[in-house]
Amino acid sequence: MAHAYTPGLTVTEQTVIRKRRFLPIPGTVLAKTGDRVQAETVVARAELPGKVHVVNVANLLGIAPDEIRDYLVKKEGESLGRDEVFAENKPFIKWFKTEVRSPIQGKLESVSTITGQVLLREPPRLLERLAYVDGTVVDLHPGQGVTVETRCSMVQGIFGIGGETWGELVMAVDSPDKTLPAAQLLPTMKSKIVVSGAFLGIETMRRAREIGVAGLVVGGIHDKDLRELLGYDLGVAITGTEQVGFTLVITEGFGTIPMATKTFELLTKHVSQKASISGTTQIRAGVIRPEILIPWKSDQQSAGGTGPTAPAAERSGIRIGDHVRVIRDPLFGRIGQVAALPTDLRQIETESVVRVLEVKFADGTSAVIPRANVEIIEG
Amino acid sequence: MTASAQPLSVIIATDCGSTTTKAILIEKLGNEYRQTYRGEAPTTVEAPFEDVTRGVLNSLAELEDLSGRKILDGERIITPNHAAQGEPKVGVDIYISTSSAGGGLQMMVAGAVQSMTGESAQRCALGAGAIVMDVLASNDGRLPHEKIERIRSLRPDMILLSGGTDGGTVTHVVEMAEYIAAAEPRPRLGMSYQLPLIYAGNKNARDRIKEILGEKTSLVITDNIRPVLERENLAPARTKIHDLFLEHVMAQAPGYKKLIEWTGAPIMPTPAAVGLIMETIAKREHLNLIGVDIGGATTDVFSVFGGVFNRTVSANLGLSYSVSNVLAEAGLANIMRWVPFTIEEQILRNRIKNKMIRPTTIPQTLDELQIEQAIAREALRLALIHHKSLATGLKGVQQERSISDIFEQRASGQTLIDMLKLDLIVGSGGILSHAPRRVQSMLMMVDAYEPLGFTQLSVDSIFMMPHLGVLSTVNEQAATDVFVRDCMIYLGTCVAPIGQGKDGERCTDYTISFGEGRSPESGTLTFGELRLFPLGRDERAQIELRPAKQVDLSEGKGRSVTRDVHGGEVGLLLDGRGRPLQLPAKPEARLAALTRWHRTVGLYPK
Repeated sequence: MAHAYTPGLTVTEQTVIRKRRFLPIPGTVLAKTGDRVQAETVVARAELPGKVHVVNVANLLGIAPDEIRDYLVKKEGESLGRDEVFAENKPFIKWFKTEVRSPIQGKLESVSTITGQVLLREPPRLLERLAYVDGTVVDLHPGQGVTVETRCSMVQGIFGIGGETWGELVMAVDSPDKTLPAAQLLPTMKSKIVVSGAFLGIETMRRAREIGVAGLVVGGIHDKDLRELLGYDLGVAITGTEQVGFTLVITEGFGTIPMATKTFELLTKHVSQKASISGTTQIRAGVIRPEILIPWKSDQQSAGGTGPTAPAAERSGIRIGDHVRVIRDPLFGRIGQVAALPTDLRQIETESVVRVLEVKFADGTSAVIPRANVEIIEG
Repeated sequence: MTASAQPLSVIIATDCGSTTTKAILIEKLGNEYRQTYRGEAPTTVEAPFEDVTRGVLNSLAELEDLSGRKILDGERIITPNHAAQGEPKVGVDIYISTSSAGGGLQMMVAGAVQSMTGESAQRCALGAGAIVMDVLASNDGRLPHEKIERIRSLRPDMILLSGGTDGGTVTHVVEMAEYIAAAEPRPRLGMSYQLPLIYAGNKNARDRIKEILGEKTSLVITDNIRPVLERENLAPARTKIHDLFLEHVMAQAPGYKKLIEWTGAPIMPTPAAVGLIMETIAKREHLNLIGVDIGGATTDVFSVFGGVFNRTVSANLGLSYSVSNVLAEAGLANIMRWVPFTIEEQILRNRIKNKMIRPTTIPQTLDELQIEQAIAREALRLALIHHKSLATGLKGVQQERSISDIFEQRASGQTLIDMLKLDLIVGSGGILSHAPRRVQSMLMMVDAYEPLGFTQLSVDSIFMMPHLGVLSTVNEQAATDVFVRDCMIYLGTCVAPIGQGKDGERCTDYTISFGEGRSPESGTLTFGELRLFPLGRDERAQIELRPAKQVDLSEGKGRSVTRDVHGGEVGLLLDGRGRPLQLPAKPEARLAALTRWHRTVGLYPK
């Protein structure tokens, strides 16, 4: 296969990204092209149809389904209050009267003379789409949303949980190989994005929730801690909707794995700046990785000159000298440089015959590794 | 491009998978068709390309490089081939394709009663190659508002609504239609078109269904899938699913309009094509078979028993994207029982999660390979359990009972999968097709499926069953030729006596007579023992078995059996580990038994 290599995760000081901020259903776009927006700015708004409640009026009144229209005191489309009568029978003796009351406030949506059911719908729920990153609206999609562009520093994580959030970036450790004990999380870290090094455990996660930390960024965690945090064993890496009290982004993988120096240094450089993070991960076709975006301030932007206006184009393959991360045991998590790219297939310990490369590590050692088991550190 | 009336001698076929587009070249060499070259390229349905044809062109370009045949003229496939013009290495006669890119075909089905029309609808959608996201029914235990919320949140590619027998009650199916209408469902792809909905229920309810759903969905009405309780009629609805898949779903996916124009036969969903080739082979050879395709995200199981075809998809049983879910569903102990060494739970859990988040990595060390193959056994086992539960006779059918049934009153809806009547297991998917040793594939399937009696096993060499499935709709001879000669790799036959005994106790005596020039072999197979005899692909042997009194070899307990058995790349495997297969409970004994079995059959390098 001509282009067989694992695309890596982006860690870059400067890039321009465009975020499509679309509503799930058509609605009203509130922002205009050229608007400067903050992460918390509402850019579009829609009304989600309310919940539907089903009431079997025929059963309640003891009548045939095709008769129910005769017993309704409200018409289709009319508004209803909670406990308001919308159907009743008309007995000769008042004492035998049965009334059917609405369990909700809303409207009478539809009537079925086949099933004898009446569908009631709650009022629509307001759904707002926020900008998520500080930036500029560059494209408007009527009825759907906007595209927000921002010049920023960017770190892609490998896996995350929890949705979009933002806050000031804080370094809780001074080195990428350190773990973050719970006691090191301080009340001053409330609503902030806290960066650790190689590992943090369940106690630290619990403490983060107590304090109200907005996000945690770390090299690795244990699967058992994730299970405890979520309350279930995550089967498929499709995340982003979890409600655990904070957003978690892991940059390297599961286990105790020092954060890549490049990542740690980049985050350190932007301490005290506002960062937008998302734990949303989808490891399927159309991969979505978690991300940390640190928008440049306007003065930084002007100093930045005319950088790229779109994400860098996909690169064509792996090259000698590229920095790579080993992503499978026995050398999982080690970072090195590509020293050789033999073209012939090699037999490995399992007896599989695969394409390999040679990686040289900082300590001077080297190893031959299947190409499928490294990823390029991009950016 | 359309299928020409002239004989086909050069064929290209692609399967646009969710990650890779695989192209194969099939050529007529003499009187038979052979698969000659194979190319692949990343699928390009997603950003930044968002055009499936880019990946197809790349895979064809690789085929050109490898074969020396000129297939493309710019971005056009050259048809027909130019042999008649004196250019035998230019052009092809037909291009065909299957697709599961962009998540395949995702459907929601609804029926009146869950175990009756609900299941029939599910079987119909699965047989058409869909992933069934949910089965809704009047009696599925959910409250109306929960059903409506579910329909709203799922966003399927299409819905199949059935319910009621023709002329029966209309209430339940109308009720389901009302819920669907209230949910105002939207399709997964594209904002601008209506969700396709196939109604295949009680014909008396058609007018009501039109009233309720006609404006809210793109409604298509077809024959009832359960016209009477005693009979399923799945074909018309399946055909409609395929039509709508092409017209609506595929047409929304990026680049597919162009791809549809290029192909000489309708594009099929990948699993539908695999099912078709399996069904064709089973019918041609009069076999009962089970086929499995174990992928990264899902495991598909196909079966043909007594001519009845069934397919199931275990959506979250796979070895990369879904590997962590296999652990969650099977449990750690079930996976570890196949691993011939001990490992700390935390390390194993982290490793499995790391595979989930970096699904394209491959085992580099022997212990990693052994763990991955242990997980595969559990994924295969669970997927077969799932399949057995759905590949059943019709439920709710009144059965005629004779005097002989007095002592055995079986409920309707029993599984059709009878392992004793199973003739052939066909394995497919990376872990089975590309195992470093073929015996690993064979033992993974034997351990997971626990075949009974005499069962032949094979693997798909390079996963070309989808291509051959769609090819069989155009030229059955070409599909069959390539299937037999290039696709199927016969591994051999497993002989598994039914019964249990203590380790070392006599299970069965055997005598194996080979062809001329090879002395017969005889001996005693004891419980807890595996024996492997080399028997080549085109070789046959006759085996006579004289079992212990509690052991059954398909003819009854203690009764001798003589059978002809086929060979393969692995050979003839005598499995004395007992059925049901029981591994030693104590860890040390289990490790010793695994190590002994693995050595006996040469499973791993020393």
